[in-house]
Amino acid sequence: MMGRLVQYGVLFTATLFFLLPVYLVIVTALKEPAAITLKDTWQLPQRWHWESFTQAWTAFLPKLQNSFVLTISATLLSALLGSLNGYVLAKWRFPGANIVFPLMLFGMFIPYQAVLIPLFQFIREIGLGGSLWGLVLVHVVYGLPITTLIFRNYYAEIPDEMIEAGRIDGAGFFGIYSRIVFPLSLPGFVVVIIWQFTQIWNEFLFAVTLVSSPANQPITVALAQLAGGEAVKWNLPMAGALLAALPTLLVYIFLGRYFIRGLLAGSVKG
Amino acid sequence: MRTLAAPIREVKMRWFKNKDNLYGFLVILPSLVLLGVFVYGFIFQTFSISLTDWGKDPAQALSANPQIRFIGFENYRELFTGFIDARFRQDLFNTFFFTLFFILGCLGVGLGLAIVLDRSPRGEGFFRTIFLFPMSLSFIVTGTIWRWMLQPQGGVNQLPTLVGLPEGKFAWLTSREQIWQISWNDVPFITALVVGLVLVFIALGAFRGGERRRGYIAAGSAALLLLWAFTLGRTLQPLPFDEPHGFNLAFIGIILAAVWQMSGYTMALYLAGLRGIPEELREAARVDGASEWQLYRRIIFPLLAPITLSAMIILGHISLKIFDLIFAMAGADNAPTDVPALLMYLTTFRANQIAKGAAIGMILLLLVAAVIVPYLYRQLKSEVRR
Amino acid sequence: MRKLWLTLILALGSLAMAQSGKLEIFSWWAGDEGPALQALIDLYKKRYPNVEVINATVTGGAGVNAKAVLKTRMLGGDPPDSFQVHAGQELIGTWVVADRMEDLTPLFNQEGWMTKFPKGLIDLISYKGKIYSVPVNIHRSNVMWYVPAKLREWGVQPPKTWAEFLTVCQTLKSKGLEAPLALGENWTQQHLWESVALGVLGATDYANLWTGKLRFTDPKAVAVWNTFGRVLDCANKDAAGLSWQQAVDRVLEGQAAFNIMGDWAAGYMTTTKGLKPGEGFGWAPAPGTAGVFMMLSDAFGLPKGVKNRTNVLNWLRLIGSKEGQDTFNPLKGSIAARTDSDPSKYNAYLQSAMRDWKSNRIVGSLVHGAVAPESFMSQFGTVMEIYLSSRNAQAAANAAQAIANQVRLGQ
Repeated sequence: MMGRLVQYGVLFTATLFFLLPVYLVIVTALKEPAAITLKDTWQLPQRWHWESFTQAWTAFLPKLQNSFVLTISATLLSALLGSLNGYVLAKWRFPGANIVFPLMLFGMFIPYQAVLIPLFQFIREIGLGGSLWGLVLVHVVYGLPITTLIFRNYYAEIPDEMIEAGRIDGAGFFGIYSRIVFPLSLPGFVVVIIWQFTQIWNEFLFAVTLVSSPANQPITVALAQLAGGEAVKWNLPMAGALLAALPTLLVYIFLGRYFIRGLLAGSVKG
Repeated sequence: MRTLAAPIREVKMRWFKNKDNLYGFLVILPSLVLLGVFVYGFIFQTFSISLTDWGKDPAQALSANPQIRFIGFENYRELFTGFIDARFRQDLFNTFFFTLFFILGCLGVGLGLAIVLDRSPRGEGFFRTIFLFPMSLSFIVTGTIWRWMLQPQGGVNQLPTLVGLPEGKFAWLTSREQIWQISWNDVPFITALVVGLVLVFIALGAFRGGERRRGYIAAGSAALLLLWAFTLGRTLQPLPFDEPHGFNLAFIGIILAAVWQMSGYTMALYLAGLRGIPEELREAARVDGASEWQLYRRIIFPLLAPITLSAMIILGHISLKIFDLIFAMAGADNAPTDVPALLMYLTTFRANQIAKGAAIGMILLLLVAAVIVPYLYRQLKSEVRR
Repeated sequence: MRKLWLTLILALGSLAMAQSGKLEIFSWWAGDEGPALQALIDLYKKRYPNVEVINATVTGGAGVNAKAVLKTRMLGGDPPDSFQVHAGQELIGTWVVADRMEDLTPLFNQEGWMTKFPKGLIDLISYKGKIYSVPVNIHRSNVMWYVPAKLREWGVQPPKTWAEFLTVCQTLKSKGLEAPLALGENWTQQHLWESVALGVLGATDYANLWTGKLRFTDPKAVAVWNTFGRVLDCANKDAAGLSWQQAVDRVLEGQAAFNIMGDWAAGYMTTTKGLKPGEGFGWAPAPGTAGVFMMLSDAFGLPKGVKNRTNVLNWLRLIGSKEGQDTFNPLKGSIAARTDSDPSKYNAYLQSAMRDWKSNRIVGSLVHGAVAPESFMSQFGTVMEIYLSSRNAQAAANAAQAIANQVRLGQ
């Protein structure tokens, strides 16, 4: 009995802890700027000021579009490449295959500050300095390790007998991929796409350093600039934060299971 | 007639055993080249930039064709013992304490929630969704939200007033207080001491596990390190004066936000781990007369140890690199909450000290590598053994 | 005869063609300061209707984001046609020494500006005898704000020196005012420091700091930190969480007596708070700085290699003209850099500032980019940190000197 009480007590406290900020965001976003005082932070708004959202929407719309273009293209490209790479590493042998994989994995963990300066110069030199496509390239390349990892682990589960059977039927490298492996890949693609979508949508460091043209910046940069400005009227950043969070949040709520699988892919084996 | 192509083809076949392996290699080759350039090539380039003086002379820093000179490890020397880089040294402390409490917080909260959820209370799916949703947010969103929450005159400090208590007075992110101060000159000694003790621990574990060679190597290194610590380590003076460093209380707010965001991750890990423990094991223990607490302590926690280790590594490398969260929560100019990643950005892109920024980037890389490389090594050795 | 007409028509036609194309104005004047810039742009469009003006602003406090974007564009070989910059070392120490800006001295001579801008200003914006920017406005940094009615209530006068300030501070504390000086976050603390430095050192020694003639480790300069520390004891402890507007609000609400801030505070108090200069709020030069105008200025220059050079030169002519400056500044809440502007267009505070601008000795602000390059300014934060955490004046002075050596201040 005591156990049950403690249990629900813990859950209740935890829920408060996790949801209190959400309450505050919504309440603050709906207040008129003049009504936002520090003393009444927790009070409900007198009048629901939906204009915060319309203002944030107009300000953020082009940046949201940038984020969508960036995220969708980079996600699809890195997912495709990751699938092919994972297939190679899971099922085929070539000299050095064993060292290649850890070397690739290391790329997933590096702090990007260690490559930022040459990367910045490189993007500039190939002429993608102000453009969104430089950022797409960067995300595709640095997304290769994690997508490869997820697909490799996923394809490792495919029994070697199936591959053998395909070989006996006369299929070669590409045949086996298109006829056997790719049709089975849907869950892997879902995990990778959700993971990459979330990571790329939420990324900030590359976005703020590599995209010099404000018109091409994604939403994370826009939000940081909005909230970091002087004499901030907090309803706007709160509304902006909600808008910026909405896509990944929706993905998470509806496809949460796959999101978690992507999470767990990078750590525990089995 | 044997053409030249035939021996090459033979060699290739010997290497790749068959045509398909060759195709495999060719398919993965572009990714390898890209990563080779973008990861290893750029790391090398950053390292070479860090050995120059790019940025010290304002006339050269931003000019179209900067003339830069090689100065060896001077930038690194300045970062660790140079007078004006006190901020960097405090950042090292900041990152250490942040990592420590962040990991402890996430593990603690995650484990606690996982244990409760493992008992399948009502609405488990609902609770799980709530505890996990912050993971889908960007650090910028989290930082913005918590920045507003932790305003000293409002937000969290006003919460007690809702239940009739006086308002909180803690300055949160704007706090300038620092506790647990030690002098920078003591750091070599303390570091050597701690690492030496860890090596002793590893040696004991190795001997107990029967791995003699590893035990001897660890014990030997530990002895050397401890000897150095108590002799040279005590007299080494990186700085000509005492420079106090400690734990900045301003980080409490950041740790809070970071734990809020990431404890869902550890919860998911532990929940998967707990679910993986067969019910028979628990039943057997209960039949043997173990209390709930003993069940957890003797059986379940040890079984969760690999998960704890994995989580510590992953969380550790995230916290060492942390940039977005602090940028959004405290801004780039709030010195008490500075971290090396943020300092690198400021040094390179605002102060135009490009070579020094590169040096900070390299040090960050070393810190992360120290955590990740052993982990990767262990993971892959265990894989090969399988 | 026909040939003459033809040539004339062709010449006029090509003249009109030359004044077409684009002009990209890069600034961080979004939000409240937007209308002033827009008025200037409208004026430009009236004169050059064929030019497409692109108003490229980057939001973000004090232009930090804009400066970062500017840097990436300049390094990428895609400079904006003209960009807002703080006149003085912020431009010189970053872009001029890197040989990225065109010399504008011919323009100054053409337009006769050498006599229209004060000599003190021209000295600050010159490098090796050449001028690289056209200042469009002037803000004053060393101003102390207070509410006259409150001071009467407490029975104190605005202090004339820092020593007097400390005495007044004690008096006010004994009357129950915990923090007589209102202070805000990071940069406002540095803003306070420069007024203290000017007040303690005097104009000549202050200027010598930036030319390298006076070292930071000189006992006179070290003394600045000691005074600064005592002044900080009069300020609110929760400064780090306040924006400059919130600090001004403290004075207006009676929680503090004084605030040292640039004269954009006047714009805030008149426009946002609806107060009348002289009645709702009062001002005096920061203690110890009477007769000295510590200036900061927004200016535009001409980067090398821009695509629409003629358009930019026309823009620069406009912003340096009397009409341009008198259109821009009343809306911005600053005064014109020219000494011949029309006072009737400005409010009471700005008129007082204009009088001071013509008569006072001019020095440059540190925090707002007039006297020190970016590399110094961004590391000055470290010096401030060292002082704030250790309260050791000598340590702070040593750090400041070390940074000055590193960035070759004054050379």
